[in-house]
Parts: sequence; C-alpha cells; structure tokens
Amino acid sequence: MTASTAQQGLDAQSLRSKLDTIAASHGIRQWDLGAACSTDTSVQVDRGEPKQMKGAQRSSITIRVWNSDGLVGTTSTSDLSDNGLERALSGARDASAFGNANDTPGFSPLATAPLTPLEQPLHQGQGILRLLERLKEAEQDLLSRHSAIGTVPYNGLAERSSERIYLNSEGACRQQQLTTASIYLYARAEESGRKPRSAGAVRLAYGASELDIAGCITEAAERTISHLDYAPIETGRYTCVFSPEAFLDLIGAFSNLFNARAVLDGVSLSNRDSLGESLAVPFLSIRDNGLHPGNIGASNFDGEGTPTRPLDLVQGGVLKNFLHSEATARAFGVQPTGHAGLGAKVSVGPDWFEIGLTPGSSGAQAGLDRFKSDQPIVWIDSLSALHAGVKASQGSFSLPFDGWLIKNGETRSIEAATVAGDIRQVLKAIVGFEGDAKITPDGLCPLVWVEGLSITGEA
Amino acid sequence: MIASVPPGSSSFPSQTTASPAGNNLLIGPFDQRWSSRLEALLASGRAAGADLVEVFLERTDHIGVLAEQDTITSVTPAFGMGAGIRVFLGHRDGFVSTNDLSEAGLKQALSQALGMLGLEICSSALNSFDGLPALRDFGLEKGTWLERCPGIQEATQRLLEGTARLEQHGRHLQARRASYARDWQEVMVAASDGTFGRDVRLHQSVGLNVLAADGEHRAGVGRRYGTSDSPDDLRQWDAGTSAEEVCASAGTMLYADYVEAGQMPAVLANRFGGVIFHEACGHLLETTQVERGTTPFSEQVGHPIAHEAVTAIDEGLTGGAFGSLSMDDEGMEAQRTVLIEKGVLKRFLSDRAGELRTGHARTGSGRRQSHTFAAASRMRNTFIAAGPHSPDELISSVDRGLYCKSMGGGSVGPTGQFNFAVEEAYLIENGQLTKPVKGATLIGEAKEVMPRISMCANDLELAAGFCGSVSGSIFVTVGQPHIKVDSITVGGR
Repeated sequence: MTASTAQQGLDAQSLRSKLDTIAASHGIRQWDLGAACSTDTSVQVDRGEPKQMKGAQRSSITIRVWNSDGLVGTTSTSDLSDNGLERALSGARDASAFGNANDTPGFSPLATAPLTPLEQPLHQGQGILRLLERLKEAEQDLLSRHSAIGTVPYNGLAERSSERIYLNSEGACRQQQLTTASIYLYARAEESGRKPRSAGAVRLAYGASELDIAGCITEAAERTISHLDYAPIETGRYTCVFSPEAFLDLIGAFSNLFNARAVLDGVSLSNRDSLGESLAVPFLSIRDNGLHPGNIGASNFDGEGTPTRPLDLVQGGVLKNFLHSEATARAFGVQPTGHAGLGAKVSVGPDWFEIGLTPGSSGAQAGLDRFKSDQPIVWIDSLSALHAGVKASQGSFSLPFDGWLIKNGETRSIEAATVAGDIRQVLKAIVGFEGDAKITPDGLCPLVWVEGLSITGEA
Repeated sequence: MIASVPPGSSSFPSQTTASPAGNNLLIGPFDQRWSSRLEALLASGRAAGADLVEVFLERTDHIGVLAEQDTITSVTPAFGMGAGIRVFLGHRDGFVSTNDLSEAGLKQALSQALGMLGLEICSSALNSFDGLPALRDFGLEKGTWLERCPGIQEATQRLLEGTARLEQHGRHLQARRASYARDWQEVMVAASDGTFGRDVRLHQSVGLNVLAADGEHRAGVGRRYGTSDSPDDLRQWDAGTSAEEVCASAGTMLYADYVEAGQMPAVLANRFGGVIFHEACGHLLETTQVERGTTPFSEQVGHPIAHEAVTAIDEGLTGGAFGSLSMDDEGMEAQRTVLIEKGVLKRFLSDRAGELRTGHARTGSGRRQSHTFAAASRMRNTFIAAGPHSPDELISSVDRGLYCKSMGGGSVGPTGQFNFAVEEAYLIENGQLTKPVKGATLIGEAKEVMPRISMCANDLELAAGFCGSVSGSIFVTVGQPHIKVDSITVGGR
C-alpha cells in the first residue's frame, strides 16, 4: 500500500493481510483497527472573488493491540505506508504496557452482526471551479436580498468523498463509502447608526447537486434581516421558546446524562442507579437514532464495528437507557449500542437525536403558539459559545443567543443577551412543543417551550 | 540560534528519477536534501503562471496520557506527516494538503492547487525560478529535544503523583484527572520568493481537573500549565502547588451562589484573565478579520480604540512561552508587535495573504494547526502590559462589582460580540472581596469595552492556552496584569 491512499481508497483485504503479517512478526495475536481516508474540496468567496479554494487528501489509521497480559495499547498515524503500519503496530504494542487492567476493552460481540443498510447515494464531485461558480452566485443572490446586507463574511461550499473501515483479527470487516456536500452562508448586515447584525444558514446533502442552496440563501437572508431591528431586553425570568437547532444544541452539550462512559468515570449528571428515574416532564421523549434518513452522513457501524441502532434514552420523562461501548456495556451487563469510538479507553457519544412528545403521554400544553401568547416570550433561535458556557458535569449553562422578544403581538430582535439555567431544571420546566418536528443536521425536534429561564440583557 | 546550511544542487530533477536507495527523504529530518524536490515544485508552479508558490512540510509526534483517580486510563501515541501547498495568483490562492510526501504525491497536490486558479503545470520549468537559498535551520540545535522529553513511564508517574496530590488537598472530590500532552513538530517551509526555513517545535502541557460534589452542590475546576521548547517541563512541574490551587478553587466554588446578572464594574485577575483581550480585541486585530470586513478597527490605525491605560503587545519571542516560535508557518522570524500603545491602535497582525490583500506588512504571525490548514494571521503571546497600580488599588476602587479570579474559555462572533465564562469569581462590596459566586459570563463588544479598561496593575503574568480559529487550533499565551473594567455585562441568574 502506498501513501496515496486518499486518492485510491482503502483496500481492506490488503490492509488485513499486511497487519496479519506485521502482527505475526511481533508476536501479536489480537488486534483491530479503524482506518479512514477522504478527499475534500471547498471554496470560500468574498464579494464575487474567490477567497480561498482548498483541497485535501487525508488518511488516518488507529491500531489497537492486546499484549500477552491482555492489556490494550493504541497508536494513530496518518502514514499508511508499510513503514507507517509497522511503526504504528509496534507503538501500540509498547503503549499496551500501560493498559488499564481494570477497564480493558475487548472486541464487540456485535462486530460481525448484520448491519442495517443505508440509503446513501454516492455522487461524483462537481469539481472546484463549478463549486466556485455556484458559491459566487449564492453570495450574489444573498447580497441582493436586502440593502443592509453588505457582506457574507463566513461562507463555504464543500464536497467530500470518504471511506472508513473497521477490521479485527477475528475476521470482522466493516466498510463504508460516503459522499457528502455542505454549504453555509452567514451574512453581515448593518444599517446607518446601528450595530452590525449577523445570521446564517447551513445545508447538507449527499452531493453538491442535491444541496438546497436556494433554501439556504432564503433562510440566511430572512434570519439576518429579522435581526436588523433590535432592542435590548430587560434582565429577568422569561418563558423561552427554543428553536429545534437551539434545543438540540443544548441537549447535545449535556449528553453526558446518557453517556455510560461518563457515568463510570463519575463525571455524568447521572449515575448507575439513574435508569428508571424521572429526568424530565412526563411527556418528553429523547431517542438517539443515527439511522434516521435525515441524518446526512450517517454510519451504520461505530468505531468498534457495532451496528448503529435506534435507542430510547428518555421516554415519558424517565431515563431508559445509556449509550454504550463494548467495555461500558460489559460493565452494565448489556449489549453495546453502537456509540463507541476506538481507543485504549473507548469514548462514547450520541449520533442524532429525535426529541418530541412521548406517544400516549399527558401534561404537555396543546396548541402553543408563540405569536398568540399573552405573556412576553423569548424565542431563542441559536445558542453560541457552548464550549465555554456549558458546565456539563455540573449541569449549569450560561450562553449568549440570537433571538427575538415577542411581546404584545410584536416581534423584535434582542440586541445581546444570555440565557442561563440548569439542564435538570430545564428538562422539568418544559411546557410543551409547538409545530412539527424539524430535521436539522443534529437531529429532529419541534419548537420547545420552557418556562422560567433567566435572561440577562443590556436594557 | 539560526544556523545556515550550504545550499545543495538547484538543478531541476527529472520527474522520473527515483530517490536513490539510502537517500529516502521520508526517513530522517527535513534537511537540505529536500531542496531539489522543493525547487522542482516551486519552479513548476512559477512556470505555470503562479505569482508565488509555498510548500509547507510537517512531521509530528504526539503522546497523550490520562490518569483518572489513581490509575492510568489512556495512553495515546500518534505520529504523522504531510504537506500543504499554496499557490497565489493576484489576490487569489489555492491550497491543497496531502499525506503523500512522495515526489508524485507533491506534484499532484501542486497540480490540483494550480488547477484551482485555472493554471496547469507546463514543461518549461527550468528558467522560471532561481532556486532556493541556503536553508535557515532554526531546528539545528533542537535535534535532541524529542529524546530528552519524558518517556511514557516517567509521564505516568508524574500524573499519578498529580492525582494523588489532588486527593491529598481536596474534599468531596468525585473525580480527579491529570493529563499530559507532548506535541513535537518538525516543519520546513519553502516558497518561490526565496523562503527556505526549517524549525522544530516542542509543546508540553499538563492539566489537572476535579469534580467536587456534595449533595446538590457541584463544582468542576480545571487548570492547564504549558510551555514550549523545554524538554524538562514535566519534570519541573510542581504537582503539589498545582493540585493545591485547583482544590482550593473547587472547595470555594462548591458552595458558591449563582451571580446576579447585570451591568457592573469588574476586576479581572492576571494570567488567564488575559483571555478577555485575546477574545475581545486580539482577534479583531488579525488581518483575516480585515479581509472579511468583520473588525470595527480596520480604519483605526493611529486612532484611539482603548483607554490610554492600555498598551497591548503580541510577540513570539518570550522564552518557553506556549505561543513562542522561532519562525512562523510561512518561514518568517517571530517578532514583537505593539498592537495598541496608550490606547492608540498601532499595528495589525498579518500573514502573507493578509499583506497581499490588506496592505498590512507581515508580522511573523502566519500560523496553522497542521499541514491541512493554510496559514492565517494568528496571535502568539498576547498580553496587556503592566501598569502602575497594585491589584489592591483596583479592587478598592470598586464600590460594588465582580472580581474574576479565574477565567474559562470564550469566543468572539462575526459582529465583534465576545463572551467568556468565569470559573471563579467573588463579589466586590465596598472595595473588599466578599463571597464567592459562580455561573458568571462576561459579555460585550470590543469597541465598547476597550475604552472602559481604566486601570492596569503592576503584576503582569502569562498563561498557556489553545486558540481555535480559521487555521485550526494553535498554541498561544494570554496574559495581563490585574485590570479594571469600569462597566461590563455579567450574565448570570
């Protein structure tokens, strides 16, 4: 195998053969690996001119080996040459001397189980010059939507072709090919004597030809224009309506609630006994479903080769399941759930959330309409700075947001504000849902009403 | 120290000539042997019509170690190599990265980058480029750094000492973690303007984190300590003092009330308090922001943009600091750049593209996380200079406000709005520190806050950090003395 793997794709059989040979020469009898390669092409523009055109060929591999004491070591590299594989394998063997005897991962018992087929059409790339033309047209269109929109400072159109493999020394072989494309447009608008405002939109698809660019332009324009007329908000407690994107961001930031690895490590808000306890209002349902057709770029197996599958996390407000790797599943006496990475200490993470009403439940207010409310409503469109403002292991958050105040029938953009609270209180303070669930890049969710959240403004 | 190496042959090699056995360029350090291959690439790019061609080569070696409670739970070695090739034509550029450093792989990447600009490799390459000068080898005396660093065994022992010290100093600790990262990087930069440099970088950092819990009360506190170019860094780390500091903070914050939101004066402590300047103003003084039209300061050079108490500097020279570097990722030596002097904007941080597109001269600030990113103007060691006051003078000047002893992370949005979390804070009442409060976020806009930094103390200190932006996550230092902001929005409950 040469280092030009990114262009050529991964050859699973060749990779297995080489690893078998190298492992045997080192006396290693148990190994597994995750390998990936990709070719990316992307463009950015600035007022009709190309700003940056970028291409990348990437390859990477993570090798795990089990030593004669059963301890695990890993090494990762971007060098998929024979020399690179040899060095990675011997590095993993050396690292295994420091493996954790109290928490040793094994092969997933489901690494050869049947996979759910995914409908993921493979698309030919359009080429960078075509991407450039399309993005220039999109930028021009967005700039023409309103005289206050002066620039689109953050924009990009990209396409990617990728492949990933999981192999292990017991014969498991998982392989996936994927093409994806994305566009993002964030416009900046400014009116005389007023502060600049910014908003944007994102679209994903399996190929650039399928991207809903017109929808992205319209959404970016409408959101940006809607923030031009702004006013400060008074600090206080408000009923808030989260957009699907904002609520999914919040749940994602606190996904350690559902993470068995975090539970075992003592850094989750949940503990081993939390399953079966009431976590939220009795009508809330949260399901992880990486196989949902709306999840562009879904994978039907995780880093350990375990099949991806839907998993109920919260039903009727009760915590039902945790997300698992092989090791955490063994510790809990359950099956792996398909949410693992690959490593000596295997990470666990969610795929794609479905949030909404638990069928047959009661308690949710029906007919909610933020524009017909008789109380002031803060409509939170997007949250920012989650990396800084979320204390996942404490449950607290304080986050800047873009949104609107709906009061006396009038909707006005909020100048600058933060929303703060505790996720456990938020989950218990959900009033109900508004509208149909919307598919977003992170999941499926309707508008979510939460009462009594603390808003800090500058009025 | 800079060492020069005599230039090798600049003859253009045949594309079909294989490297002789024993002269495999992928084995051993980047050195003068690479000049012929790089010259061929640069000449090809220039002959195709490019104004400038730049090749960035990188080799990396990383080790990460994690200790939890009293056990080593993860050891993660990683190594890699790659190249980034950037081609300029007018104000436009194309960039391609690859893991394939073979002659064919690099040529293919160049061809792709040229194609982005409508250019093609042609055969008349011989006379289009004068060849590279002698290699400026900043890494010559750094060749033993990697082997002088602690091995995994030594690193695990130091981390276990760290978690043991946490146990010793802390109360109600539900989780104790110590982590270590060693990042070694060798880079070579060659460009058709005659740039030809090599450097070796070494960054080590160690972090301590605890989660304290008592009933419904929870407090998570973390600290990270980092240096550059110091192989003995982990050996010299004072685990006891670090653990004591982390546990003291966790113990204080465990029972703290949430801060009441509002507008108030704030005193920000030194060291990592400098993140406010980094986020609020520093990013807006990068030419990438001028290019995008997202900085309010683009036409303000020579004009006051901050209180006259503020002088701010970005430099890459301080020995051992996390953001220091011998040359930037475009082959330019690091500099000391005065950004703001007594409130007046003096300079922007600029890289090659920034100079081309905005006219601001390069400042040795072209930086990138790895070969997969094109360099961009980025900060290095950025700090507000010391002032004349004592920290107590700042606190005693506040009737009612917030003392921010320890800062968390932050960010700045496309309209200049910044925010950052406060990890450890105290109320100031009648000029005195009183009770601890948690959950505070500082929010504002640089243009409005910079004129409100009215007092700087005399206790400047730096702190290591990581900065994520257009060219990836890079090692930086933030810093400041204690400063007083006359009024700022504090988000809370």
